[in-house]
Amino acid sequence: MATQTPAQLERRLVPPDGPILPDVVRSEFTKFRSVRSTYATLAAAFVAAAALGPVQCALYAARYPNVDAEEKADFSAAHLSLNGIQLAQLAIGVLGVLLISSEYTTGMIRATLAAVPQRRTVLAAKAFVFTIVTLIVSEIACFIAFFASQAFLSPKHLNAHLSDPGVLRAVVGGGLYLAVLGLTALALGTVIRHSAGAIATLFGLLFVLPGIASALPRATRDAVNQYLPSNAGQQIFALRIDPHTLQPWAGLGVFCIYAAIALTAAAILLRRRDA
Amino acid sequence: MIEIRNLTKRFGDVVAVDDVSFDVVPGRVTGFLGPNGSGKSTTMRMIMGLDWPTSGTVTVNGRPYGQHRRPLFEVGAMLDANAIHGGRTAYNHLLCLAQSNGIPRDRVDEVIERVGLVSVAHKRAGGFSLGMSQRLGIAGAMLGDPGVMLFDEPVNGLDPEGIRWIRNLLRSFAAEGRTILVSSHLMSEIALTADHLVVIGRGRLIADVSVGDFIEQSTQNFVRVRSPQIEELAQAVIAGGGTTWPDADGALAISGLPIDAVGDLARDAGIALHELSPQLATLEEAFMELTRDSVEFHAHAVPASTPGAIKEGA
Repeated sequence: MATQTPAQLERRLVPPDGPILPDVVRSEFTKFRSVRSTYATLAAAFVAAAALGPVQCALYAARYPNVDAEEKADFSAAHLSLNGIQLAQLAIGVLGVLLISSEYTTGMIRATLAAVPQRRTVLAAKAFVFTIVTLIVSEIACFIAFFASQAFLSPKHLNAHLSDPGVLRAVVGGGLYLAVLGLTALALGTVIRHSAGAIATLFGLLFVLPGIASALPRATRDAVNQYLPSNAGQQIFALRIDPHTLQPWAGLGVFCIYAAIALTAAAILLRRRDA
Repeated sequence: MIEIRNLTKRFGDVVAVDDVSFDVVPGRVTGFLGPNGSGKSTTMRMIMGLDWPTSGTVTVNGRPYGQHRRPLFEVGAMLDANAIHGGRTAYNHLLCLAQSNGIPRDRVDEVIERVGLVSVAHKRAGGFSLGMSQRLGIAGAMLGDPGVMLFDEPVNGLDPEGIRWIRNLLRSFAAEGRTILVSSHLMSEIALTADHLVVIGRGRLIADVSVGDFIEQSTQNFVRVRSPQIEELAQAVIAGGGTTWPDADGALAISGLPIDAVGDLARDAGIALHELSPQLATLEEAFMELTRDSVEFHAHAVPASTPGAIKEGA
């Protein structure tokens, strides 16, 4: 209480009224934009998501006369154009983890939590800033990927249109998938607090888990596989719904549940543990 | 004002802070003194709401730290000068801290100027020297113009110029009526800066005194004598109410009797004296004496004639 401070201390700064969340969001945005790793990983994600699909589409169009019937049947112009997401998700995952694990490795987290002892507010502000930026970058990249790919495919009349069934959903969904994946990465970074450990765990869950599941007996595998994080999440940009896979929005829903569980664990642990 | 009551922190089996209670009051520099590993940093982290106490309470200006909505206006701290993201510029580091509490941007420029980092404000903090990092940490503590300030080992590793700068800065903060808590493991660093001392060892409170009283109480002065009849002299001193123990070079150390009385005693007993000299323990030795039972890791080379022997003699 101010009354306990002797009168001779003249306070020149007065704390503003109002909620702290906007201030913390502003602070987290400053942190986000003021380190190089942000630009490096976002640029990598953007280039991968925007350019890889068009390159693959151009190659496909070039060798189209020699493509066999089976491959032609499998081909989806919209899906191939979004193939860069597979690479971009690595960069987004790394960025999500680093957003908080770098604070632990440098010790900055103590300055952060001393400035904002409302720890869940810190996590919420980080998640908000990261989601907005990732979503914008990913959506732009996915649309560029789609239109550039169709430009390469149209001379052979292989191109898809946004108005085709499921195509707009897939292109928009690619960005959504990357944003939700990034949030999961942020949550894992908060729980694990070490960059390498959190990145390894994230990629283990995404890529290794399906491999392990493939060792299961067929019936169990079919039941389990569709609910694994990456399989469920990637349905949102799938254009052919195979048997034993979830519907697009249901798949994204399952992926969001994983993210929500991870974020809840992160919020609880961040609150409980010593910084 | 910081109020600490029965504060205890356990890490598994290790009791880092053990039932510590003390106040840190405004207008003076309180030195927080203890050997390495004595629980100073843990106590400071609990004050800052970073570590949770196992039991007991800490309040800053009447409230637990976490209940301050914009704590930088109340409390500023430099707990670890290196706890900075090295990829961020000094300016951006301070800006993100300021923004989190709604502190205006021009205050960032102000504190950068106050600590003398204007020329490197837009350089990445990773390339800073220790002295520059310390200045940046202090700038961060000053952002909200807080009434309470904490510094954990602020002069550790600094050159004399840097030490003097920080010392003067802390004194000026206290003179402005702020509450200042500054930790150190070196008595000599703190004696010239602090008005008041809180000493802990192995997590326990050992002393909570003014610097003047500390010097008076714990500076053990003794008398050193050499004599060819040392055994007889020792008996005479003990009979006269003094305490003795062997000192270096076969001399005898005597406490509990003034130096004049020792001389008179020797004359009355007909004992020849070859030396009769007053011995003053330094402040550093007084601190070592105070904390010698609570040092976490002893080096096992015990010199025979340190004032530490007093305790055994008494």
